[in-house]
This record gives sequence, structure tokens and C-alpha cells, in this order.
Amino acid sequence: MSRSLTIRGGRVIDPATGRDEVGDIFIADGKFAPAPAPGAAELDARGLVVCPGLIDMHVHLREPGQGAKETIATGTRAAAAGGFTSVVAMPNTNPVADHPGIIAWMEERAAEAGVVNVFPTGAITVGSAGEQLAPIGAMAAAGIVAVTDDGHCVQSHEVMRRAAEYAGMFGLPVLDHCQDASLAGAEAVMHEGFWSTSLGLPGWPRMAEEIIVARDAMLSEATGTKIHCQHLSSAGSVRLLREARARGIALSGEVCPHHIALTDEALRGYDTNAKMNPPLREESDIEALLGGIADGTVGILATDHAPHAVYEKEVEFAAAPFGIVGLETAVGIFCEILLHRRKVVDLPRLVAMLTVNPARLLALDRGTLAPGAPGDVTLLDPDRPWVVDKDKFASKGRNTPFHGWELRGRAVRTIVGGSTVWEVPA
Amino acid sequence: MKWTRKDLVALSDLSAEEITLILDTAAEFKGVGQRRLKKVPSLRGKTLVNFFVEASTRTRTSFELAAVRLSADVVNIAANTSSLSKGESLKDTAKNLEALAADLIVLRHSAAGAPQFLAERLRAGVVNAGDGSHEHPTQGLLDVFTIRERLGRVGGVKVGIVGDIRFSRVARSNIQALTKLGAEVTLIGPPTLVPREFSRFGVRITHSLDEVLGELDVVNLLRIQHERQKAGYFPGTGEYASLFGLNAARAARLKPEALVMHPGPIHRGVELDGSVADGPHSVILDQVTNGLAVRMAVLYLCGSVPPKEEA
Repeated sequence: MSRSLTIRGGRVIDPATGRDEVGDIFIADGKFAPAPAPGAAELDARGLVVCPGLIDMHVHLREPGQGAKETIATGTRAAAAGGFTSVVAMPNTNPVADHPGIIAWMEERAAEAGVVNVFPTGAITVGSAGEQLAPIGAMAAAGIVAVTDDGHCVQSHEVMRRAAEYAGMFGLPVLDHCQDASLAGAEAVMHEGFWSTSLGLPGWPRMAEEIIVARDAMLSEATGTKIHCQHLSSAGSVRLLREARARGIALSGEVCPHHIALTDEALRGYDTNAKMNPPLREESDIEALLGGIADGTVGILATDHAPHAVYEKEVEFAAAPFGIVGLETAVGIFCEILLHRRKVVDLPRLVAMLTVNPARLLALDRGTLAPGAPGDVTLLDPDRPWVVDKDKFASKGRNTPFHGWELRGRAVRTIVGGSTVWEVPA
Repeated sequence: MKWTRKDLVALSDLSAEEITLILDTAAEFKGVGQRRLKKVPSLRGKTLVNFFVEASTRTRTSFELAAVRLSADVVNIAANTSSLSKGESLKDTAKNLEALAADLIVLRHSAAGAPQFLAERLRAGVVNAGDGSHEHPTQGLLDVFTIRERLGRVGGVKVGIVGDIRFSRVARSNIQALTKLGAEVTLIGPPTLVPREFSRFGVRITHSLDEVLGELDVVNLLRIQHERQKAGYFPGTGEYASLFGLNAARAARLKPEALVMHPGPIHRGVELDGSVADGPHSVILDQVTNGLAVRMAVLYLCGSVPPKEEA
């Protein structure tokens, strides 16, 4: 099989090397090369952006155990349709990915059924119960790229401290779903504010997230381990992250599309497709998140792609599961808001937050177009207008609050190891 | 003003004119309850399902009597006897009720938003009989009905609502109805039970009952639940009663014509002393009587709107 390709005439953006010019890209035998491979197919990319394959470091593929929501086959097709060539799979599957057997199973399934690269993460604690460390060393040997109890937050500071120390031995970052359970309360279903008051729904206060961000800064400083705060939602979290990074602490953060596109007012009417954890907050939080993206405090964008079956979301608000799908709308939302509407970053910065930045945090040999790296490429049209249609998703999930949104910016072709795995329908 | 809603989900949805229409209709129906023959044929041939997924005696009984007086056929379903206890979804259960040709479903549910969820999915009308901490629209309506009947107006009336505002659907429906009709509402209680977000509803918040007591035309006391004490919202019922309970000494400082209200069931000696509950300011039993008239009005109005073609 020929996995050689020459992509000509596009705007080549490779933040890892600082390249931003109209030019050509060569892939030989699945890897980037300095010169065209003999007999390589040619692709005309004039008018398009040619960038390293996008990486989404926060995806729920739902396998094993939750195939009604999503599978590795459908989830990776959704990734391809959204322009992502690599996804980092969260371990809150059923059973929880807390030992090397499940990691190996996921890797086998991804090799058989996946169309993009799948990088598994392992649980921090057994069953993500927050008590006993999972076999992190054995999972590291099996190929995990980070540990996380995503969906839960390790409440014991002692356990989290030991996890950071221990994971650091393998060079693994710890990804944290920052949320203090005692402040949030078991019944919380949305942001605590005017709308939770109006709707009569129990809320999470911002401080439930911020207290854990502050804790993680202290633990990262003390242990030297990289700790990454997932899906930041509150203004105070951005401020704490900024202060920690200014002091040289290896703390990082990511922002998801929904947290900059919607506020808690979207829950008016009890729309379960606006129910997520962490919750949609207020306009002032959006401003702070955009400010964090603008000044580089937040260096990574991710989706928290969380597919659920229709019948699971079509219930009383309190009974509905948290989360929305994100893989197929993320590029559109990010381009629309960050590039066009709010002009928060330029295109090279946007590309960096979806490629080299997550690649560096997770030590992936990707996120760049440099010769020798795997030939993952995304062709983007950052101005292309399109309308979100959930019924055309490759994902099994239809749980999106963005159905019908008119967006500018879309991936038009997704290339993994030199082979096209998805192309935008004409 | 013509009524066009098949559902009554929340008073936050209604205009002042719609609220007034319900109150005016209720005033007409109140006369029916005082006749020897307490029945009108308004909903003859219609089927009403009292679907109570959360326990209730007085609200369910009030709705049932209201439906009977309108000549509707009534079926009562309680949570422990429904298929919900066997794991059937709320949507499936309600679709089954509709397949049995129910015209109106009165829903009491512990989940905020459950009535709206059903209203959007059913051809049948849905009347909210209390959903979680969200709203209890007929309670809010019967409270303003009682105020209007006793004081002759709602606009400009100074109403204090005392107690567990945070978790109270009664408080939310009262705030909606009262502010829309121009009353001046003050919320009274400790900050743990009266979050400052409520100020955006156009109400005043105070943590001192004694400071405002003498200026109020209406004091509406909410039931204080022991679970809140366990969850740390206040230290104990004794301290609560000393700060926020309406006892005889405080009642003596009320304006002569001031009304004392309570949605029931009363926790005597905590939020309200027995002597005040049974005293000259109390209109608590009027509230119960008026609840029936208000519920007749709501069932009549919603039951007279043709069902949606396709749900």
C-alpha cells in the first residue's frame, strides 16, 4: 500500500518549527520527508491550510462497555470527520481502564476498527474510586500517555500527591477533572448562579473547581510532575493557572468549545444537551477563558467528546448524564469564536493549541510536519461556512447543543500516516 | 385576554394578564364551592390523571376535588404503584397514560423541569403540582388569590417570605406571581437559605425578620425541614425559631390588618407558633379553600384548550 503523498500549494502552518508559508509537504511511506517520494500521489491544497494532524487530548470513546453510546470504530470516524488524526481516550469506560489488560484490549480494537490514532490513558486509582493507586507502571509499559480519573476528581490530597510522585517516575502527566466533591455536592447538575436559582436546580459553585486547581498547583510544585487541569470552566481557575505558570510550575490547562460558546442560560428550558460537567458558566467566565487563551495561560484546546444515547438524555434533567459530543463541531466552534468573532488568536496559535502543545505535554511523536514524524495532516478551510447537522454525525452521539449553528471554519480532509481517512462531502 | 396554554408549567412563563385571568376565573369557581350542589359540567367527559411521583396528600386531594367538581373523571397514580418503580422512563410512562386517552396530567415530581419535559412531549395538557425546587404554580396562585381577596389588591402590597427560600418551589412561584402583579417582595432568612442570586428576581433580601416585620402587609412562612439542619444550613430549629420564627411576641408587632400565611403542613413552634397559626392574622385555612378554586380555574382553562395535533 502506498502511503506516500505530496501536498502542494497550501498555506503550510507548522507551529513546532515556526513554519508559516505557502509551500509543499511530502510524505514518504507514511512519514514526513524532505523531498517527494517517487511515484507519490499529488494533492492540490491551494487555498487551504495544511497543518499537522489535529490532536484531541480529551475524548470518551466509550469502549469497552458502553457501545450504545459510542465505539472505537464510530468515535474515531467522528474524529476523522472533525479533522482529528489523534485522540486521547479517557479511562472511564466500563470496566474502568485501570489495568494493562484493558489498555491492551483498547489498543487492539483501535488497530482493528479505528481510523485515527488512539492514545489510551489509564486511571489514577483503581476503579477511579480515588483510594488505591492503579498499576500505573504496568499501564505505562502497555502504552498509556497519561493518568487521569476524569469524570471524578481524586478527593484525597494525599492520594493525589502520591499519584503525582509515582506517575512522575514514568514521565507521565496527571490529568485532573478539578472538582471538590464536598463543595459541589452529589446533587449538583449545573453552575451555581442566577439560572440554577431560577430553575430550582442544585449548582456547583466556581470555587469547587478553583480549590482543586490551587491544590494541583501546589502538588505539581512539590512533586515536579506535570499536572494538567482538564476542561477549565471558571474565571478563577484561569487566574490561578496564570499565577502558577508565572512561578514556573508545570501546571497546564485546556478549554473546551462549549465553555466558550455557551453560558448557563442555555439550560433555560431544561435542555439536557446543555448539561455538562464542569458546567456552562457565565459571560464573565467566557471572557476569562478567552483571556487565558489570548495570553497563553491556556495552551491546549480539547473537546471532552462525551457521546450518550438519545434515550439516556431524553429524561428528567436531574437524571440525564453529563456531556456532549464535540469531535465534529470543535474546529467550527474554535474557528468561529477564536478566529472570526472574538479574534482571540491567529491561525498559527490556534493550530498550535490543537497540535504541538498537546503533543509536547503527552510526549507524542506527532503534532509537527517535521521530516521523520508520522505523516498525519489536516487540511483546513478556516473560512468555510457550514451548518451543524447532528443527523449527519459519524459519532453515535446526537447530544449536541450546536445543532443548526452556522459556523465558519471546517476541516476538509484528514490524513493519517499519508492515507486520507476522511474528506468533506461535496 | 384569551387563555391559549394547554399546560401550566411555571408562573415564570405567564404574563400578569394571564395570572389575573386565572385569579378572576378562580373567583367565579369559588362560588361553586359555596353552593349546595358543588359541581359544574365544565370538564364532563374529560379524563384527568393525578400523577404523583412524589408523595403529597393535600395537593393531590385538592386537585382531585377540583377535577371532580368540574365533572372530570379522575385517576390517581402514585410513585410506588407506577411503572417508574420498575425502571420505566418518565416519558414512556406518560406516553402510556396518553395512549389511555388522558386529557390532563397533573404531575408532582421531585425533579425540577419534569412537567416541562412532559408538556413538550405530550398532546395532553400538563399541570405542574410541584417540581423539585423549581415551581409550585397553583400554590403561588392561591397565595396571591388569598392576598387579593383579603386586601383587595396585590400591587404595592408588602409581602415577606420567610425561611427556606433556597429549596422552596413555593417561594419561587410566589416571587413570580407577586412581582408580576406589582407587590413588593422581601425574602427573609439566613444567607445559607436565601442565596443572594435571588435579588435578580427584583426582590429585597434581609436576614433580620425583626427589622422588617412592622412594615409587612403579608408574612408567608415556609416550612423548615430537619434535613436542612443535618446538611448544615442552620445549626438547629431552636436557633432558627429564635431568629426567624413568628411567635406571639413578634405577632404583636404586626400591622393590625397584616395576613399570616403558610403553605402547610405547619411545623408549629418552629417557623410559626400555634397561637399565631390559629390567631386573628392567620388566613391559612382560607389558603386551603382558595386552592381548590384556583385549581378548578387552572384545570378548566388548560382543559378547554384543544390538544396539540402532533406531539
